[in-house]
Amino acid sequence: MTDPTTVTFASLEQRQDRIIGVLTGTRRSDRLRKTREAIIVAVLFLAALVSIATTIGIIYTLGIETYNFFRRVSIIDFLTDTQWTPLFTEKHFGIWPLLVGTLIVSTIAMAVSLPLGLLAAIGLAEYAPPRLARVIKPILEVLAGIPTVVYGYFALLFVTPLLQRFIPQLEVFNALSAGLVMGIMILPLVASLSEDAMRAVPQSLREGAYALGATRLEVVWRVVVPSSLSGIVAAFILAVSRAVGETMIVAIAMGQVPRLTFNPLVAMEAMTAYIVQVSLGDTPHGTLEYQTIFAVGTTLFVITMALNLLSYRFLKRFREVYE
Amino acid sequence: MRTDRFAITEQEFNPRLPLRRRFGGLFGLLSAAAILIGLVTLGLLIADVVRDGWQVLSWDFLTSYPSRRPQDAGILSALVGTFYILLLVTVIAFPLGVAAAVYLEEFAPKSRLTAFIEVNISNLAAVPSIVYGLLGLGVFVRTFMLGRSLIAGALTLSLLVLPIIIVASREAVRAVPPSIREAGLALGASPWQTARYFVLPAAFPGILTGTILALARAIGETAPLITIGALTYVAFTPKSLFDPFTVLPIQIFNWVSRPQPAFHDRAAGGIIVLLAVLLLFNATAILLRARLQRKIRF
Amino acid sequence: MTVATRDERYIKEPTEPRALRIERLSVWYGVHQAIREVSFTIPARRITALIGPSGCGKSTLLRALNRMHDLTPEARVEGSVWWGEIDLYAPSTDPVWVRRHIGMIFQKPNPFPKSIFDNVAFGLRVNGYRGDIAARVEEALRKAALWDEVKDKLQKNALTLSGGQQQRLCIARAIALGPQILLMDEPCSALDPIATMRIEDLMRELAHTYTIVIVTHNMQQASRVSHYTAFLLADEDGTGELIEYAATRELFLRPRDRRTEDYITGRIG
Repeated sequence: MTDPTTVTFASLEQRQDRIIGVLTGTRRSDRLRKTREAIIVAVLFLAALVSIATTIGIIYTLGIETYNFFRRVSIIDFLTDTQWTPLFTEKHFGIWPLLVGTLIVSTIAMAVSLPLGLLAAIGLAEYAPPRLARVIKPILEVLAGIPTVVYGYFALLFVTPLLQRFIPQLEVFNALSAGLVMGIMILPLVASLSEDAMRAVPQSLREGAYALGATRLEVVWRVVVPSSLSGIVAAFILAVSRAVGETMIVAIAMGQVPRLTFNPLVAMEAMTAYIVQVSLGDTPHGTLEYQTIFAVGTTLFVITMALNLLSYRFLKRFREVYE
Repeated sequence: MRTDRFAITEQEFNPRLPLRRRFGGLFGLLSAAAILIGLVTLGLLIADVVRDGWQVLSWDFLTSYPSRRPQDAGILSALVGTFYILLLVTVIAFPLGVAAAVYLEEFAPKSRLTAFIEVNISNLAAVPSIVYGLLGLGVFVRTFMLGRSLIAGALTLSLLVLPIIIVASREAVRAVPPSIREAGLALGASPWQTARYFVLPAAFPGILTGTILALARAIGETAPLITIGALTYVAFTPKSLFDPFTVLPIQIFNWVSRPQPAFHDRAAGGIIVLLAVLLLFNATAILLRARLQRKIRF
Repeated sequence: MTVATRDERYIKEPTEPRALRIERLSVWYGVHQAIREVSFTIPARRITALIGPSGCGKSTLLRALNRMHDLTPEARVEGSVWWGEIDLYAPSTDPVWVRRHIGMIFQKPNPFPKSIFDNVAFGLRVNGYRGDIAARVEEALRKAALWDEVKDKLQKNALTLSGGQQQRLCIARAIALGPQILLMDEPCSALDPIATMRIEDLMRELAHTYTIVIVTHNMQQASRVSHYTAFLLADEDGTGELIEYAATRELFLRPRDRRTEDYITGRIG
């Protein structure tokens, strides 16, 4: 394939020569050129198709192993059993402990990132002087660029010991620390997308509200936030999707105990953490253990996809209002 | 003056302005506090890591293989692994991403297939990274029988960052003003020649910025590589594409997961190195963007 | 140049009771001065038009009359606007209080994406209206000549209305608060001729109760609806000044300043 970028390393003169060469070409080379062009465009098209191949690959891989899994384990058990013990001798394959683990940690994360993210967005979009906002925003976004394994370290070795001072019964591995730290990690996502939504609200609406004797707070809460609500909801849903799919924080700080509990102070296991746990061992291809991670992965994929599509619909509705 | 029955008197309102102002001020403080919580956490995280990991940083730390004795353990294999992965992901994902972006921006017909590709790319960007790990495990490790190798890991991460590169490159290509394209076409250049000699050079800095940020993402990824079975304890550097490997985040994960505090400090040391590498990438991207904004005036 | 603008000959103050007295009002955006030392009197329950070519500062002047510039961080206002005994720019004057009494209609209709009812009730609610909000909403919609068109769909989103209806809704929204003065910033520039006519009729009707100040770039409109007209023009630095002010008929028939004459006969602008 022709590297499309080599030209930037060529000097300007060379580029001109090549173009002039093209312009003075003969008819025969013209036909050659057309064929060559068609091939190049076909190659570019194939590159674009890689993304479709990826999706097909994901669905195929997850599908086939999940199918194999459900040939050996009943889907009723998977959806109704309350125990998840595929690695023990007495095996149970109920997804609920993992699902609830994911649910609890995501809920805590959202309880942090939702109010903080929205408040931060309002602060940046409506309160802070534009210059200050331009400085703060990139710093805040550094939070989103930090690898999740680092957050796992922070949750396990800083936040948990800190919280144990106030909550002595807090276990070393727990959903609370993992959720809190995950919430901070997701904060920039919520803040930045909500801020975008609020900035899309026309200035004329703000002025209209001010002209009716509203204070800044009233303009924000009664006009700006309601007017950008579907955009903000889209941001929240996307953030939930991120929390559900987040892996390293929960693998490090939340534990690997698949028990069905709603107590965030004790160790449990999220879906993603289970996949990591099995992957760390050497599970041979074709075994039931191997297939479980695909079944869990499919569950994860279906949930996150549903959330992403939902978020997309809200975003579309939001865009339609301000066309 | 007020004879109209629609007229209204001051007494009919209870504006409570001081109270409303106080609420407003309070709310401003709250939103400042929310921002501060984010910034303070960032500061705490960095301070905590530096405090724990500073004393393990040394030349030996960078040039030693991991070890069962914490005081000897270093990140050489992880650092080399991260470097190779980075190199491979660049070689695989960059041309693919740019080609796809150029196709979608410059050549794609307005068809349902094109629309589907576009929706698909934005969906892929939101798929959890561990799902890419399962994809890599099923396709590259098993079906292509590449094993738990460097190339399997690089292919997996390439697919993961591909949507990011495509989206960033499309934006850069779209930012090239139509006048540049028209100039090319007016000179008699074909659409592809226009794209290659006129559009791509103009879009290149933007593409590069997006790619660097995508690579930064790849450097920090742990979960997909664990899923395809990258080893957590590797006391050698890979010699070929088909050798097992480890990367920095996995090494960090390995050390964090151990009970001994001495290993935790090693993890902190690894994190400092990882963050330094990421800082370097991001700083490059920011500088590039600044230069781009200053230099390119169409 | 500046001498002429302060020349009293060209500023013919009204003899009627006054609504606002503008004194040496200047507005800056950053370092750029948008208007310089404008002084004149706006009569009560009359329509006063501000005209002039684009960039002459007429909108800037209008927005200074209900302290909208407070919302723009880089804007700065000097001078005074007297409303009775109150200087709107005195440190003790609260801009929120000012805006409740001096309403504003904008160039593009800007209803909130809420129901028609909630749009009109907005100002009443935030300002703690003690009376019957529903009755007041109805009354305001009647006054704005919109009630018959919307009475069956008060809970419908305001964005479903036509442009002209939206603008009348914005007028209803403003008068619901019982302001004394209505500021209108080119209220018809986004509307078709029929909708424009309806708004103009409405303005004439409202002028029995309210003082109206309207910015317009349409001289026919100014001559059709207004009682008084102020002509502004920017100097070479882009700073707007009041050139001439008089009863509308007088200003259009016998302009005193040559620049006013040039403008109304279409030679400049």
